Parts: sequence; C-alpha cells; structure tokens
Amino acid sequence: MSKTKDISLTVNGEVLTANVPVRMNLVDFLRHEAGLTGSHVGCEHGVCGACTIEVNSDTVRGCLMLAVQADGATVTTIEGLADSGRSAALIAAFTRRNALQCGFCTPGMLASAIAYVEGGGIADKQAIRDHISGNYCRCTGYQSVVDAIHDVVTEGASA
Amino acid sequence: MKAPDFDYLRPGTLAEAIAILSEHEGEAQPLAGGQSLMPMMNFRVAAPAVLVDLSALSELRGITRTDTSVRIGAMTRYRELADWANICTDLPLIAVALPHIAHDAIRNRGTIGGSLALADAAAEMPALMLALGATIELMGPNGTRHVPADDFFQGFYDTACEADELIVAVDIPLAPEAKFGFHELVQRHGDYAMAGVAIKATSLAPLSGLRIAFFGVSDRALRVPALEAALDGTSGDEAAIAAALPALEAIEFEGDLKVSAKTRAHYAGVALKRALAEMLA
Amino acid sequence: MTGPATIFDKPNTYIGQPTPRADAARLLQGRGRFVDDLQLPRMVHAAFFRSPHAHARILSIDTTAARAAPGVVAVYTGAELAEHVTPYVGVLTHLAGLRSAPQHPIAIDVARWQGEPLVMVIAQTRAQAEDACELIEADLEELPPAVDAETALTADAPVIHADFGSNLAWERKVDVGHIDNAFAAPDVTIVEREFRFGRHTGVTLESRGTVCDFDPSEQTLTMHYSGQAPHMMQVILSRHIGVAEENVRVISNDVGGSFGIKIHTYGDEIAAAAAAKLLKRPVKFIADRMESFMTDIHARDHVVKARMGISAEGSIVGIDFHDLTGVGPYSMYPRTSAIECNQVLNLTGAPYALENYRAHGQVVFQNKNMMCQYRAVGHPIAMAVADGLLEDAARAIGKDPVEVRRRNLMRDDSYPRASASGMKLDDLSHQKALEKLVEIMDYDALRADQIKMREKGIYRGIGFVSMVEVTNPSPMFYGVGGAHIASMDGATVRLDAAGALHVSSSITEQGQGTNAILGQIAAGVFGVPIERVKVTTGDTATVPYGGGTWASRGAGIGGEAMLQAAHALKTQVLDVAGVMLQSPVAALDIRNGAVVDAETGAERITLDALARTVYYRGNELPSDLKPELIATRHYRVTDFPFVFTNGAMAAHVEVDTETGFVKVLHFWAVEDCGRVINPMLVDEQVRGGVVQGIGGALYEECLYSPEGQLLNTTMADYIVPMASEMPEITVAHIETPTKTSVLGAKGAGEAGTGGAPAALLNAVNDALSPMDTSIWQMPMTPERILKALGKV
Repeated sequence: MSKTKDISLTVNGEVLTANVPVRMNLVDFLRHEAGLTGSHVGCEHGVCGACTIEVNSDTVRGCLMLAVQADGATVTTIEGLADSGRSAALIAAFTRRNALQCGFCTPGMLASAIAYVEGGGIADKQAIRDHISGNYCRCTGYQSVVDAIHDVVTEGASA
Repeated sequence: MKAPDFDYLRPGTLAEAIAILSEHEGEAQPLAGGQSLMPMMNFRVAAPAVLVDLSALSELRGITRTDTSVRIGAMTRYRELADWANICTDLPLIAVALPHIAHDAIRNRGTIGGSLALADAAAEMPALMLALGATIELMGPNGTRHVPADDFFQGFYDTACEADELIVAVDIPLAPEAKFGFHELVQRHGDYAMAGVAIKATSLAPLSGLRIAFFGVSDRALRVPALEAALDGTSGDEAAIAAALPALEAIEFEGDLKVSAKTRAHYAGVALKRALAEMLA
Repeated sequence: MTGPATIFDKPNTYIGQPTPRADAARLLQGRGRFVDDLQLPRMVHAAFFRSPHAHARILSIDTTAARAAPGVVAVYTGAELAEHVTPYVGVLTHLAGLRSAPQHPIAIDVARWQGEPLVMVIAQTRAQAEDACELIEADLEELPPAVDAETALTADAPVIHADFGSNLAWERKVDVGHIDNAFAAPDVTIVEREFRFGRHTGVTLESRGTVCDFDPSEQTLTMHYSGQAPHMMQVILSRHIGVAEENVRVISNDVGGSFGIKIHTYGDEIAAAAAAKLLKRPVKFIADRMESFMTDIHARDHVVKARMGISAEGSIVGIDFHDLTGVGPYSMYPRTSAIECNQVLNLTGAPYALENYRAHGQVVFQNKNMMCQYRAVGHPIAMAVADGLLEDAARAIGKDPVEVRRRNLMRDDSYPRASASGMKLDDLSHQKALEKLVEIMDYDALRADQIKMREKGIYRGIGFVSMVEVTNPSPMFYGVGGAHIASMDGATVRLDAAGALHVSSSITEQGQGTNAILGQIAAGVFGVPIERVKVTTGDTATVPYGGGTWASRGAGIGGEAMLQAAHALKTQVLDVAGVMLQSPVAALDIRNGAVVDAETGAERITLDALARTVYYRGNELPSDLKPELIATRHYRVTDFPFVFTNGAMAAHVEVDTETGFVKVLHFWAVEDCGRVINPMLVDEQVRGGVVQGIGGALYEECLYSPEGQLLNTTMADYIVPMASEMPEITVAHIETPTKTSVLGAKGAGEAGTGGAPAALLNAVNDALSPMDTSIWQMPMTPERILKALGKV
C-alpha cells in the first residue's frame, strides 16, 4: 500500500481531516477524496493551468503540490468562489461574453482571473493576456476571456 | 501520470534536514517549491525514495538587507521576492527578470533556492546570480560554506551543492551605481528562453565592470570572460558588439527540439545586442 | 425545401439572437459533469504498458510481478484480451482500394508504433496501476521501422503489413480538363512549390477517458465517455465485445474539448470496456497527457508538390499537385485515415472557377501514431496549397492578391455548380465575403502602413484566404461506405404539464453551444420563453437515434430536426387548442408560453392550462380528440454530399527578421454559415478555430526521431497558443441560407482552423517578399523563417 499521512486543512471554509497517500497531489485529493470535482486536471506537469486553485490566498497549481503539503492550509476552489459570491461578477461577465466553451479550463481560468481582479490588475488587455498566459484554453481563442476580465476590472473601477 | 511512492519527511530544523540527507546517502531528495521536481516525479523521471519537504525550515526564509548586500533565504518564493519593498531599488535586475519567469501560479510556489539547486540551463535565476556576482551559502554535515555563483553551476543540472547539502541563502552585493540589462527570446510569454542574457555594468559610457551571463544557450548558465573583455571600455554600439561577438564561440551551444545549436548561437548574439541597446537607450 | 416559412420573423423568435448559454452557469460554478468526475462503487483503474519502440516483435511478456503488485486486480496482454474482443479494420467501400490490417486493442505479435498498448493493468488506483506497469518485463525484438512517409514506398522500406506487399494504403487521382495544354499555353506563368505540413494533434484540455460498467444480471454495458458520437460507440462496443446493441448504453455528459479527437475508436477505451465486462465492475481509464500526445490521433503531415498556372491578366488556368500523407500503421477505425487526403483532393482550389485540375493523392503506412480526422479535415492543406500558390502567382505577375481573387472566384450568381473536383456547390458567396473582408480590414490603409514600416526596417505582411468548408455531411460521407455511423439526427420535443418544453436530441455538446441552440430553436419555433426549455443530449438511452456532433453537423442537421419537431409539436398543440377554444387553428398562434389570437396577439389560453387539462382532465376533451404533446422528427441532407460553407479571412503579421519570430497583429474572418442561430456562439467558435489554425501555422508539431520516437510528449515541448501572443480577431458574417433545409444553417466549426494557416502563410510570405524569399513549411517556426532568410 502507498504510504499515508494524516492531514487537516480548511477547504472552502470547511475543515477537512483525512489520511492521504503522501504521493497524492492536492488536486487529486480535492477531486477524488474531498468530492470537489470542479477543479480539473489537464496535464499534471504544471503547464496547462486547469488545476489552478487558491492556497493561502495565492493561486497555485494543484498538480504541483502534494496534498500533505496543504496540511494546515486554507484552500479555495471554484466551488468555494461561487458559494461565497467572490466570483459572481466574473461569472456574469464570462456568461455575457461566452468566455467559455467546453468549460474544462474555466476553473483555472477563473482562479487566475480573480487573482488579477482582486490583485488590483489594470484594465489593459495585453496585461490581462499576460496574466492568464499560464492557462490553456483550446476552445475560445482567449479574446472573450480577456474581454470578460476587462469588463469586471472596468466595472470594479467605476463601482 | 502519478508519482511513484516515497517516504515523506518534513523536518522542523535545518540540522534535522541535513541529518536526513546524510543518512539517506543520495536517496533523499529535498523538496522546495516543487515546481520542477513535481512534474519530474509525475513523469516518473524522478523517483526519490525519501522526499524531504523543506517548507518548515524557518532558517531558509526571509530577505535581509545590510549596507553591502541582500541575503535571500533559499525558500523565498519568487512572489515574495517580487513583493519585497526594496526589490526595484536594491535588486532592479531581478525586478525586471521576475515577470519573465513562468506564470503567476508557478511564481507563487517556486523558490530561489529550488531554481538554483536544480540549475536548469534555461532558467533565469542562475544567470541572474552570475550577473549579480552572488554568493551561494550551503550547509552540510560539515557546516557552512560559501560558493561564488561563478563556481556554483558546473554542468547539466549539476552544481557545487553536494547530495547532503542544502542551499541556505544567496547573498547579493548591493551595487547602487550599477546598470543592468536583461533580454530573453521566447516564443510565448513565460516559456523557458530560447536564449537569454542578464548584464551588470558598473558604468555605461564607456561600458565597464561588465558581468554578462547567458542562459538557455548551453548546458548551464554561464559567463564568457573574453566577451566581457572585448566589450569593456567600448561604447557598446553596433560596431563594438560586432567586434565582440566572435567571443561567443567559447560557448558550447546546445540544440533542442525548437532550435539548433547554430540558431542558439545567433540568438545569443541577438539577445546580447538587444539587452545592451535597452541599457544604453 | 418546403416547410414553415414565417418562423424567423416571429415576435418571440430566438433564432439570430446572441442568447447566453444556459449551461455556462453550471460550468462557471464548478458543477460540470466530466468523465473523470465519476466515482462509482467498486470502481478500478486502468493503465497501459505501451510499446517503447516504433516497430518491434513481441517475443514474450512477463506479467508475474505486475500481477502480484499491491492493489492490482487484473492484467491483460493482447492475446488474453483478444479472446474477448474481435479485431477491427478501418476501411470503407467508397474509398475504393483503401486497405488496412485487422487491429486489436492491445498488440499481440507485433507493436507498430511507439505508444501502442502491450498490456493493460487494472488496479485499485491509477497510481498502483502505473506502479505495476513498471514491473512488466517485455522481451521485444526491435524491427526496422518505416518512419518517414516520403520513403515509405521505396523498395527497401520495411513493409509494415507483409501481406500488402507495400506500405500504400490508398491512392486517388483526379484529372479534369487538359492541365498540360493549359500550362503550355503562351503567356502562362507557372509557379511551383513544395508544401510541408507538420503533424499535429488536438490537445483537448480534458484528455480522452471513459468509465465503463457491466451489469451481468442484465448483460448491460454502460460506457460513460468523453466523446462526440454516442450511438457510433454503441454499435462498436456491441460488435467487438459481444453485448447486444440494445444492452449497450453510452453516456456523454460534459466533454472537455473534442475537435474530432474524440470521434474515433481507441484501443484503450475498447479494452477498458472489455475489462469491465470481464471483471463485472466499473473500470475507469483517463489518458494522461503523455498518453494523449502518443495515442490521440494526429493529423496533417502532408507533403504536397503543387503547381499553378496563371495568365498575364491574372486568370488561373489550372492546379496540378501530388499529395503524400503518412497515416501511421493502420487506417483508423471506423472512419478511416484516407479521408483527409480525399478532402485535399476534393477541396483544393474549390472557391475558384477552374477548368483544369489534376491531383494525385497517396496515403501510406508508417510506424508512427495513427492519423485521422481532426478539426477542419484536409482544409488547412487544401486552402494553403491553392491560396498559397495564388498569392505566389500574383507576386510573379505583379498583381494584387485581392485583384487576382476577384478575377477567379466563382461568381455569387453562378450557383448551383460544381467545383473542378466535381463537388456540388450551392448558396455560396465568395465575392461578397471577400468584399466585406477588404472593407472591414481597411486593406488600403494596411498596404500604406506596410510601405511606411518597411522604410524603418519593420516587415509586415498581409495574407488572405478564400475558402470553402465541408459541413452538414450526408450519408455520402460515411454511411455509403459501410460505416455504422448515422448521418441523420433526431430531435424530440415534449410539452410538459407545467407548460415547459423538454427537448432531447442526438447531437452532442462539447462546448460549441449545441444545447443552447437547440433551446433557441425549440423556444422560437414553438413559442415559449427560452428559460422554459430543458435540453437533454448525450445519452443513447434517452435521446433519439443519430450521428452526434462532428463535421460541423450539429446546427445544420440536428438544428433542422429540432426545428421540424418543434413545428410539428406546435401544429399538434394548436390542433388541441382549436378544439378547446372552439376556434379555427389558423386563427391561433403560440407565443411566449400561451396560445394567442394570431391577429391581435391576445392570450387565449396558457400552455400550462392547456397541458394540465390534457394530462389531468382529459374528461373535459371530446373523446375523439387524441392529443399528442410530444413530437419527434429526423433530418438528413439529401441531394448533396455536403453543404458547403464559405468564408474569407485575412491575417496581418509582423516578422522579426532577426529572430524569425512572427507576431500576429490582427486577424479578420468573414464567414457565411447560412442562417446564424446565435451570432455570439458562432463568433466565439470561429475565433477559437482561428487560434487553433494559428497553432498549426506557427507552433504545433509532433516531432519524431528517425527511429520513430515521439520527441515532444509534454506541453512544455509541444507548444500550443496561449493568450499573450494571440491577436484580436474580428468576425463578420454574410448570411446565405442553404436551400437544403428550412433552418438554412450550415456549419461554422471548421472555418478558422481550416483557413487561418493559409492566411498566415500568405501574410508571412508577403512580409518576407522584400527579401525575395518565402517559406512553405508549417509550422513556420522561428528557425525555419531564419533559414528562409539565410540567417542561420
């Protein structure tokens, strides 16, 4: 059997304790042990960005962090962003702009987008493009995603 | 693509970590930010028997500034460096280079020490240390030693850091009067460079005190003394660069899937030219 | 085509509106339902030990240690699985002469590409299955591989299937007019180029995957899969693993990108289904990224030697070319690997009025991963060859490329007609599309900027493509050749007691917005607010029988079936209303959820009141009234093999002549996909397609060593377009509805991917033209451009 370790972490505001294989990465833990299948796995080597989640307020690749490394951490996934309302403006803009097709990149794209918006990102399309350039989307061609984030930044500035 | 199994240890002190590394004689692998090691484990290219998570070692954290240098703990993340209040004034070369290193989510986990220990030839951080004349502080079973960056990078993923040693910190001399240049050629934002260069000069007119470090060109980040000598004392104009470029022949350029060694050699010259032009502009 | 004619100007139509997708909310809140999200009781996981060699004889395989490894449930070699799975052969009779050998999900005697499965391991976790794969000892005798398509037909090339005597899989010749005479005429300038198109692949962000479950009590097999054609998979599973077709249920929920990658039959999935049957429990297989690169079908990989003749005035007198493509060791089952070459022969030069056309296509076997249909099958090759030569010829005779197109494009008033290759064409608008393109891009200003920038040593280029796009395929695409693939699609619409519509369709959703347009059509044609339409797709147990979504057929074929079903239900409901309201049916209409007076719009009875009466209180209705509040219609394209779409595109690029880097400054696409059901969805699909086309033109290539080893199996080494470098893309439309349906919609999914590479090739060559050099190989990597410039 795989070697395991007990961990305890806060996921979307809920404290979870689990005995996890030490080799299991964080996104596999969230998806298959915690039942939070909103985060996706695309490449398992940190390039595609589909597994991007928030750990202790920073975006990270869920495939490049072990679940045991999240012991004691605070994790927020796309489900948590939706439930708390933090992603509401982005959800509205993504819907209005059709900034998703298959939706597989969307959890990671939203995690990166919210970091941009909440991190004080400016309403500059190239800056937005650079910021999300670690998130691969095969469907949209990116323009609608950039426009949606731009909308939210602009709305935020005028609100 | 799941990592092979391993024993996971998370020592609480540096001494304890060193003891574990010594005890396992090369079977143990330190885990810093994991942004390069984790993919290699997922691919089963790396299969350490023991994984030593360094995240609890407070001795490896923190950025401290003295009158003459900045000491950066090995477990300092790129993100923490970018957020450091003095980054633009004390370490302007690193400030310019940081946005080129991968992407946000990677910079939030990746560490300075991890990058230097891995010594990927195409990574920015080793070249920055060379250009800045940094010193790397190592700790092993026999205590601490300090290795100049110039002696640290020894070959393809090969450094002066022994299997039972850890990088504790890097020490970068402050150079408030110096000028810096940085340019890398990438097809996509955040990619590893097809060729890149980091430059420090103590003065621009004429160029002097040059430290020019290339990355993404050979088996390691490296300086070319003959090139620095050829440019020293010149204005850095096109003619001076053209006269100096043959010195690049000292580099054993490496080809890969994207570019041949010959193209790399061409790119190294282009990167140098563009970095100098930006410095002198 | 006759049928309801007033549906597009109804007060509550949704057709033509940029209505947001209903399912976006779910995906944006992390509530998608992708295959890997499934966790079933007793589920086990599959991993494969794959051939490390491109060509090797399997001498022996020792699985003893793997079977004893922790968590391992079962291990199957090719021979062991072959007792339970019949082999398959990827040929179709209408592709005369196409041959392929019987193929097993797991190789038995000989491995024929690096990555071919040799052993399947089933374990409690995927990690344990991978651990066990490392314990397998395979004694393999390396055989000389035939890797390079260009030497695969030479006398000393290793023959991959000995019985065939050579590596030729298929060939076809087309010869129309008198090309040699035309080229020999005075004043005709001939341009000749060798085009090379790299292999690339789909890189769907969600990899291929399946969860298969078998219930022995009822002999039922359920396959959850990430794919495009559930009914096709149902037949295939039934035929090859021996379960009655009606006992196979295939479910395709959310699919994380497909682009043709997921319409094929992969040994991995068949093996997983067989294992589920043998083990009588759920088996999950999710391809990892390395497996995706090694075993997802590849596409393109053509070498085309082509000539075009042009008169001094700029009239194209003919095209003559040879296309060679390597497709791997087998023709892919069941759609075959000859289709892309066939499309190249059908489509090259199809926008232009050509009298002389000669083409020879050859498809060869090689020891690389298999090639098959990926988005815009054959289009990027056909368009780049014809339009690349056109702009080359224009340069040669000193004419503007737009002028040359104006002179040679088929006239918009000249349809119906046929292309030089014999394809039936109708309802196209090449001239209008080109004029609109030139207008929206401000062509003259770009040319002025180009001249000005050149003086500063900045090299910008403008490139065009005029294109046709194969959409809405008829039975002539696959069915005619014997494939068990439906060419018709069905739609069912049901009025429920609450006055809402429940719609189901055999077309599938992979992000295009299939479910959204079904809802728009049903709501608009029938007459309810769109929020009151619920859509089900992707389950063979519950949807009408049909083909699924591929070859840009969803909107055109599935949409028409939906329209006809909604119209039929409306007629049925109005029949009931007429009786209930004692009114002539012609005086009634359905709008916004109510039966209304057709003239005044005044409400007569709400749909829920009508439906509740029908369902609950039938006693209130005359006994001879037999209300049917459900309708199903099917639709297929007749009289045409395909419904062609057309478009015109342009790229504006800047080439850094010192580094060979290409920056795409802007891209324009004018698309005529007939009636646009949802402009927002079409625009975004075109943009996404353009970016895939940019990937093929600038970045993407599966690189093999001479020994047949795939060298780039990571996303760090196989590079795809990311946001930073992609341009803004302006999309505009011409709407020429197809007369083959009432809806009038044609497909739009192939356009960008099919056309962008040609436009980019032309733009780069336009930029390079002052240096008197050009490039004819894709992807146009920096190094290749530097070589063209003589810099390295």
